[in-house]
This record gives sequence, structure tokens and C-alpha cells, in this order.
Amino acid sequence: MSDRITVAKTYKLYIGGKFPRSESGRSYPVADTKGAFLANAAQGSRKDARDAVTAARKAFGGWSGTTAYNRGQVLYRVAEVLEGRREQFITEVAGSEGVALKKAQSLVDTAIDRWVWYAGWTDKIAAVLGSSNPVAGPYFSFSTPEPTGVVAVLAPQQSSLLGLISVIAPVIASGNTCVVITSQDRPLPAITLSEVLATSDVPGGVVNIITGRTAEIAPWLASHGDVNALDLTGAPESIRADLERSAAGTVKRVLRNKAGEDFTATPDMSRLRAYLETKTVWHPMGV
Amino acid sequence: MAAPTTLPSALADATRDESSLRRFLHGLPGVDQVGVEQRAAGLGTRSIKKASKLHAIDLAISMVDLTTLEGADTHGKVRSLAAKARRPDPDRPDVPQVAAVCVYPDMVKTAADDLVGTGINVASVATAFPSGRSTMDIKLADTRFAVEQGASEVDMVIDRGAFLSGRYGQVFEEIVKIKEACGDAHLKVILETGELVTYDNVRRASWLALLAGGDFIKTSTGKVQPAATLPVTHVMLQAVRDWKDQTGELRGVKPAGGIRTTKDAIKYLVAVHEVAGREWLDPHLFRFGASTLLNDLLMQRRTQLDGHYSGPDYVTVD
Repeated sequence: MSDRITVAKTYKLYIGGKFPRSESGRSYPVADTKGAFLANAAQGSRKDARDAVTAARKAFGGWSGTTAYNRGQVLYRVAEVLEGRREQFITEVAGSEGVALKKAQSLVDTAIDRWVWYAGWTDKIAAVLGSSNPVAGPYFSFSTPEPTGVVAVLAPQQSSLLGLISVIAPVIASGNTCVVITSQDRPLPAITLSEVLATSDVPGGVVNIITGRTAEIAPWLASHGDVNALDLTGAPESIRADLERSAAGTVKRVLRNKAGEDFTATPDMSRLRAYLETKTVWHPMGV
Repeated sequence: MAAPTTLPSALADATRDESSLRRFLHGLPGVDQVGVEQRAAGLGTRSIKKASKLHAIDLAISMVDLTTLEGADTHGKVRSLAAKARRPDPDRPDVPQVAAVCVYPDMVKTAADDLVGTGINVASVATAFPSGRSTMDIKLADTRFAVEQGASEVDMVIDRGAFLSGRYGQVFEEIVKIKEACGDAHLKVILETGELVTYDNVRRASWLALLAGGDFIKTSTGKVQPAATLPVTHVMLQAVRDWKDQTGELRGVKPAGGIRTTKDAIKYLVAVHEVAGREWLDPHLFRFGASTLLNDLLMQRRTQLDGHYSGPDYVTVD
């Protein structure tokens, strides 16, 4: 009996809740750390990024308009589906990052826990970051945090799942929508995450996942007039300054992460806080 | 029945009475459905880039009939629309003006007052838009009112019920009478292709409208789905081209409804060039009936000139 030939996968992008091929028609082979072929991933182009921004903008009204409690429930449901795909994630993280199964297992568990951690934050952000301000007059004055809009996320290049989840979850927990450029050489866990998102309750367009060359697509997102914030975590060192400069052209919020961020450590609120605007309302006290 | 203009004998014969009109319309060659859809899809894949794209965008802007036909329209909204028609992108004075502003008859005066001396036309829908279900007297009064108020273009709807039940003479009469009531104003005849069902019917309705003296044939009211589609526009462009071949007269085409992106608009321009001919690439002979299209054209124009994508925060929201 001959050995079975495995089915080699050619993955697609995740935009607006659908899985389209790249507009450019390109794809590229993904290998493990030793150079063995794993799968083909779609190589996104600037037009894919543009379509993703359109989808994210379209989804923003609905997602930011849901109650914080409901967003928490939706995110928690994602964690449940992540848990169901645990074995697949462990295999993919081990393959992509070249770590032992045991280590991969701990990375995946931490990643799922991280998602739950952020899911718990959704209905606490306003209480922690908002305030009722004492003012010198007969007014109530409240400050409440509001999502900033569409966030372009350049996912970490090394940490393919834990890093990815650590950058996506805080963005959507507070009601933003995002366009994510995955790790260029380790995109497989991100692709599986897109399958998880598509089969959970997250509305299409809230998270859009593009695989491909970070340096090719990132400049188009940095200069895009309809993107409100940019996370530079996975940006190649050589174009980081240029990205910041063009992001300034449309007054984006830019998150410049600390070098060599350790994603295994329990995070603080900084990533949540990075994509929020503060709205202050004055209201007459009445008699 | 009387032909409104001096026509070649074959066409003049067609308008002699109802039965010859029916004979003529049913004698028109049938439309090859697969062929026209394939050709429309094929031309739609043509790639227009860089300088030609920029030129196409400017041409498309100058062809827009900026439209608001909502029950909730107010004088304020019409005035802001008129301002947008004059200066579509306030940051960039080199953006061409649109061709016309299209409103309901009671808003015509507001629009006309704001557009005096700009060269922008005021178009008004009339004849019990959008259904066309009313008496002839009311339709005529509707038209006269719009023209008195200052409309230089009238968009009428045909009686689809009469057309579909084969009373071509009645539809013909109606167009002729409305054309008279229009006076100097241009008449656009809305066929409402979404309700005509077949391409053969679209071709017949197009010829009927051209015979009766419509200056433009327009696809849809925008209130019925499907509205404008590429294949339907192909059939109508063929009709005006054939009309020109037989009479030497130039008549226009206006797709309306459902054209929202620059990409769509450029596909239509390609169709105009390939099906009708170069001389139809002119706001006098081709228009887009649209409300959201203009913003997308402006954003694309900025993208072409600035080298990065623009967003809806940079154009006016109407």
C-alpha cells in the first residue's frame, strides 16, 4: 500500500467575514524554521489592504455600538472556539516557531488565557478609564472612553499566536475594528485564528487578516486616510520611521511598542488605552 | 399620432398609427442575452490606470446628475447639494462641476435659485415619479410646474403598465405630450428597465422613447431593483447609436441607480466609448444619475493625486 499524499493547503485572506483570494492573485510558500514546506499563504496587496479598511469601517458602527457586556460575551465565545482548536494551534505554533510541543502547548494556553483576560476587560474599561469630573459650576461633567475607529495592526513577526492575540484582543475589546498584517514568515496560526473568528459570533469586518509582505502593505495602511490608529509592533526596523512619518500625515494614533516585548508576561492596560479617545460631556444639574 | 421631428420615411411610417408602431417595435432584432452580458462583462475587465484614470474620473464627475429624491428632502438639503454641485471638492478648485442637480418638482426653485449663472442644469423628475400611476392631466401639470419653476431638464417615467400590456400608442402619445409641455427643457425618458423584464423590451422601449422625441433615455428611477446594469445600458447605447446612423441626430443615455463606485463608473465610460462611440463621452450625451457616486469619485481623485488612499472623512456627507 502506498503512503497517502497529504493535501497541501493554499490559504486565503480574511476580509469582511469572507475568505477572498488576494486581488493580486499571488501566494507564497510558508516553511517551518528548518525550511520544510508547511502551506501556501495568500500574498496580500495594497488593494487587499484597502478593501480590508473599507470592511473594517463598515463594521465599526455596529461593533462599537454593541454594549460592552455583549462584546465581552462575543469575545468569550471566541475563546471557547479557540479552546476547541487547541491541538491544531499547538501543531502550528510548534511548526512555525520551531519550538518543542510542550513549549508550544504552554504558548497556546497562555494565548487563550490572554484572550479571556481581554474579554473580561470590555465592560470595565469605562469604569477604570472614565471619570466623573468635579467642575466649578452647576454641571455634571463626565469623561468616557470611546473607541478610536479602524486600527491597522502590524502583528509581531516572532510570536505567531500569543503575540498576535496580544495585539488583536485589546483593539477589539474596546470596540475598535482592525486590519491585521500577520507575521510574514509565520502566518499559519493567524490564518487558523481567522477561521475561528469566522465561526464564532464576531461580526464580519471587525477583524480582517491579511497575510503577505509587511514592508509592502504597511506603508499603504500608514498613509490611508480612513485608518485612525497604527500599531507598529511588527514593523521592520528599516521602515519604522517612514511609517510614523506618513501616519502623522493623517494624524493617526501610533503605538510604538517597547523593543522585544515579552508577550508571556501578564500585560497591563497600555494596549487597551492606546486606542481610546476621551469624550467629555457637560450637563446642567437642573434645580 | 404624429412624429415630432422630420424622420426618414421608414421611421416616420412607424409612428403613423398604433399598429404600425407595434409592427416596427416587434420587428426590431431580438437581443442576444448571453452575447450582450458577455460583452458587458468583457469590457468591464478593461484596465484604466494613471493619467487615463484621472481623466476618466474628471469626465465622470462632469457627467453626474447629483440627485436627491427622498421623501425627507428639505430646502436646506437641496441647497447644500447645489453647493456641492458647484464646488464638489472645496479643497481642490480644479475639480469640474457636475452636469446637473436632480430633484423633485417642489424643490426645483430652491435649486435653480442657487445655481443661477453656474451653467449647472436643474433637472426635475415629473409625471407622478416614480410609479407614473396618475392621469395624463396630472402628469402634464406636474411637468409644466417643474418647467415654470426653472427646470431645464425633465425626467419623466413611462407608464410601464401600458407598455407591458402592449399599448405602445398610449406610451408614445404620453411622451409626445410631455415633450410639448417641456418646451425648451430637455426631456429624459425613464424606462425603468428593472420592470421591463427582458432586453427585447428594453430595446423596444428605447426606440419608442426615441421615436417620440425623448432627448435622453434613462434606465431607472433608482427606486426599483435592479436599477442600472451594464448589459441594459449596452442595449440602450446601441439604440442611440443606431438612431444616429438612421437620422443623424444625437440622443443621450443616462444610467441611474446602483452606480456607487468609481470602478463602476469607469466600466460605463468604457461601454459608452465602445458601444456608442467617442462623441457620446460628453455630459450633453451621457449622464450618471447618482448620489453617492460623486463622493467615491472625489476620494479616488484624491488617491490618484496624493498617492495614498483617502477616506470619507475628507469629503462632504450629504
